[in-house]
Amino acid sequence: MLELKNITFQVNDEGSDKEIIRDISLTIPDDKLVVITGPNGGGKSTLARLIAGIEKPTSGQILLDGEDITNLSITDRAKKGIGFAFQQPVRFKGIQVFDLIKLATGTNLSVGEACQFLSAVGLCARDYIDREVNSSLSGGELKRIEIATVLAKASRLSVFDEPEAGIDLWSFQNLIEVFQNMREQIHDSSILIISHQERILNIADEIVVLKDGKLEKQGSREEILPSLMGTASAVPECRKNFVAKEDAQEC
Amino acid sequence: MLEMDEIQKRLLREVADLHKVPEGAYNIRANGESAGRVSTENIEIEPRESGDGLTIRIKPNTKNESVHIPVVMTKSGIKELVYNDFYVGENADVTIVAGCGIDNCGSQDSEHDGIHRFFIGKGANIRYVEKHYGSGSGSGKRILNPGTEVYMEADSSMEMEMVQIKGVDDTNRTTKAELAENAKLVIRERLMTHGDQNALSFYDVQLNGEGSSADLVSRSVARDNSYQKFDATLTGNAACSGHTECDAIIMDKGTILAVPALEANDVDAALVHEAAIGKIAGDQIIKLMTLGLTEAEAEEQIINGFLK
Ligand SMILES: Nc1ncnc2c1ncn2[C@@H]1O[C@H](COP(=O)(O)OP(=O)(O)O)[C@@H](O)[C@H]1O
Ligand SMILES: [Mg+2]
Repeated sequence: MLELKNITFQVNDEGSDKEIIRDISLTIPDDKLVVITGPNGGGKSTLARLIAGIEKPTSGQILLDGEDITNLSITDRAKKGIGFAFQQPVRFKGIQVFDLIKLATGTNLSVGEACQFLSAVGLCARDYIDREVNSSLSGGELKRIEIATVLAKASRLSVFDEPEAGIDLWSFQNLIEVFQNMREQIHDSSILIISHQERILNIADEIVVLKDGKLEKQGSREEILPSLMGTASAVPECRKNFVAKEDAQEC
Repeated sequence: MLEMDEIQKRLLREVADLHKVPEGAYNIRANGESAGRVSTENIEIEPRESGDGLTIRIKPNTKNESVHIPVVMTKSGIKELVYNDFYVGENADVTIVAGCGIDNCGSQDSEHDGIHRFFIGKGANIRYVEKHYGSGSGSGKRILNPGTEVYMEADSSMEMEMVQIKGVDDTNRTTKAELAENAKLVIRERLMTHGDQNALSFYDVQLNGEGSSADLVSRSVARDNSYQKFDATLTGNAACSGHTECDAIIMDKGTILAVPALEANDVDAALVHEAAIGKIAGDQIIKLMTLGLTEAEAEEQIINGFLK
């Protein structure tokens, strides 16, 4: 369980203070899939970065299973069980997909075991396991590999920032299944997905709407989703973020 | 059998991946003397009369054989200059493993300067691996100055892998190549310098024959106070294609000077160069930290990958 208590995040932007996250208190309970939605620029990615420890809040507290982790480094939070799939995944020259998955698990796993995580995100494992995580990968391929590393890490709380971006429609169905499976297997852990996609909102236990750095709405899917339909916070597929057809190889 | 001590054996493993006597032809030079030499039916290794190097002759059509000529130095204060000439017969296809390891525990400098010349016959394919390694805690420097000259006849190809990752204080590398019709040269250089090390690398590649091509890629990391200079000139004298790339990571107080140069003397010469120097991207470190690595571990992974 993750608790945010009165989190505020200010930056100094060209001489003036700007509040990007304003006094947010939020609980991500165990065994739940929570989706954060809301307009672009509302502070969703920033909130995810605060949770992962990439940014430090100006004020407020972050608790993981009751322990105050506000001042812990990214590394310590990762070790305590926070996983984070970036909105824009990073490329590395020379590091192979297998290396990254192995680092994510922190074990000496076999190629066969690593391949299962690639298959889970709909990539043909044998075509990708030896690939370098460099600019030869398309955006959609990279995005799926990013998701695979977070699956491999098997965290207490896994955060996915707009996982559908750059992934084509057909594969999107796959992705929904990935999260559904994850949802079924989360015993004692939780999933936080940042997304505007109606289909992802549809599998949420709880929905949080973030706007202008503030919590606008929060509640069960049944309570929140109807009021979002037809707005930019719940976009039907094929309107936003999707690419027509990506070139990722499936088996 | 080879008479070598443990340090020499360790150096051999570092520079030539040799855990035992190599298969095929070899000459192992230890502290200025030959510690073992074997020729095969197709590959003949002969000492030069002056005693300062080897002449290696590879018969035409020799396939899937290898030559190892590693050098190890474990005495402080040795300075040597050797000349190794390779004559590669037509259509031969062989792997040549060179390399030099210096362990210097003393206070005097140890220096190995090796001049390698390759005369590559028509249609021959060579894979050449050269690794440099230094160790030892003495104040004496470990110095390596390799000079390589490559003369490639028509339709031949050469793939050179040059690696220097650890422990060499001073290197001045010069590599010259001349390519005839359809000859193909691929060079992969990987370099890491630390401490107060200096590494200079000069390339002069002449694409003389129609259809010849060269692809020269250097990846390097300069840490601490080390200095690197990469200076590569590709000259296109015919319808040819050439590419050089210097991709460098700079850390601490390192210095890197990249001087890529192209000269086209033929309207159909297609030459490209790329050079990029920068520190490790912050988001790469952050990503690995979110997987549970410390900042130092993340840097190490990124550099290992980069130099792989
Ligand atoms: N370090 C920063 N400095 C200045 N502005 C920032 C910084 N981080 C985020 N912002 C701004 O905060 C707002 C929220 O950004 P973000 O969290 O990426 O929103 P979302 O993910 O909801 O689209 C944006 O206007 C962005 O430009
Ligand atoms: Mg965002």
